[in-house]
Amino acid sequence: MSAPVITHVDETPAVTSLRRKDLLGIADLAPDEISLILDTAEAMKEIGSRPIKKVPALRGKTVVNLFFEPSTRTRTSFEIAEKRLSADTLNIASASSSVVKGETLADTALNLEAMQPDMIVLRHPSSGACHLLSRICRSAIINAGDGMHEHPTQALLDAFTIRERKKRLAGLKVAIIGDLLHSRVLRSNIHLLTKMGADVWVCGPPTLFPTDITRCGVRATSAIEEAVADADVIMLLRIQLERMEGAFLPSLREYFNVCGMTEARLRRAKPDVIIMHPGPMNRGVEIASEVADGPYSVILDQVANGVAVRMGVLYLLAGGVEHETAV
Amino acid sequence: MPVVMDADRIARTLTRIAHEIVERNRGVEDLALVGVRTRGVHLAHRLARSLHEITGQDVPTGTLDITLYRDDLMRHAVGPQPLVRRTEIPFSIDDRKILLVDDVLYTGRTTRAALDALIDFGRPRNIQLIVLVDRGHRELPIKADYVGKSLPTSPEESVQVYLQESDSRDEVILEAGSPPRTLARWSA
Repeated sequence: MSAPVITHVDETPAVTSLRRKDLLGIADLAPDEISLILDTAEAMKEIGSRPIKKVPALRGKTVVNLFFEPSTRTRTSFEIAEKRLSADTLNIASASSSVVKGETLADTALNLEAMQPDMIVLRHPSSGACHLLSRICRSAIINAGDGMHEHPTQALLDAFTIRERKKRLAGLKVAIIGDLLHSRVLRSNIHLLTKMGADVWVCGPPTLFPTDITRCGVRATSAIEEAVADADVIMLLRIQLERMEGAFLPSLREYFNVCGMTEARLRRAKPDVIIMHPGPMNRGVEIASEVADGPYSVILDQVANGVAVRMGVLYLLAGGVEHETAV
Repeated sequence: MPVVMDADRIARTLTRIAHEIVERNRGVEDLALVGVRTRGVHLAHRLARSLHEITGQDVPTGTLDITLYRDDLMRHAVGPQPLVRRTEIPFSIDDRKILLVDDVLYTGRTTRAALDALIDFGRPRNIQLIVLVDRGHRELPIKADYVGKSLPTSPEESVQVYLQESDSRDEVILEAGSPPRTLARWSA
């Protein structure tokens, strides 16, 4: 028989499972675990293009989506991901829960846990809230954004989108521009991109610059032209008006004039640059509408990929950790 | 470690199955091949080439990963999840005759998972099952339509199929003493 036709190469990855019960942040993940999540997400993405967008993998598993902050994209994305894997989902928003009656987070979690869920997806305004639940809960905890700390699934979907377009992460120049001080998306992305070997630049007005950010292994500048020059990826961060208690910016128009992503500024980047934004966008503040809707924008791809990445995370964590002693 | 099929035998067997497919379906019209990952995919591509040599026509070929449909998923108290890989069926299976290809037919549980997965892609006119080796010990009412070799085995033995595409040799081997099936977390 002559040489057979090989259509794809099956390489067994370095790891075949995550070494943890929870996904609290990117900081704890090893590069091979990140690759495993992204590879699994690739397999999950195909499910979204089927006539029947559902597989039976998480049948009988219960997932609680516990959201203490407003969220459309992340909550919907998690819920769709859970439903596509056939899990039973439960949504709890803080406004309609006993939190308004003064119950603590720990008590809310322990009461939920008494009803035997398998996983809890938590979004909370306090940094470290997921770590607290992780210590007191038997269920797997997935961080859907905690205060100014981390938003791991956002960084994973960003990496997935970059990898889809650029076929790699290592060696790319990624410029992250905007409100660096309040952004959990930034922290998760810095951890992920530096672990995977990207060349990360951060840029923002001096009032929104965390001290010592360069200790995270990134290069920092206040000049947007320098950040954008020859960039492969430009990631814009939202100006988080709700977290700004002091006078960080003279005005939003001033911010747009100094740091806003315009077509003119975009021309300094590589010709095949991609523009990303975690949403929700403030058009005319951090990004011009022509750029947001322009040919370089992959902002809606990010949203689509979010479902696949969250399916990957849910699937991988659903198995639990071996040799774990049951509580 | 007896070799039950060598490279020549595997090649002749696949050619014979290709002829049987053409005979039974009176040609290859409306047929499509779907291989079950990993080695079923290689066999499906080989059959597609044989069918092309016999009829001059191309038979669309797809890849099915059944991991998310396994009946033992989440049944272990705790443990790592089996690896999920991409399913690629770049054609509509509606009203087609689907030739489902796997390397070894044993308990029938993989085939059950594959049937469930296929049905989620549409409503084929029929599904025909092709296996290189049928080693018996079915646990579900499933039967192959095309069998390369029927191999009487005991449950303690294991059948290993090696193919050029993934293992750089063509060979089917019967090994004595396999690990208990319930603990095997196979990733293929």
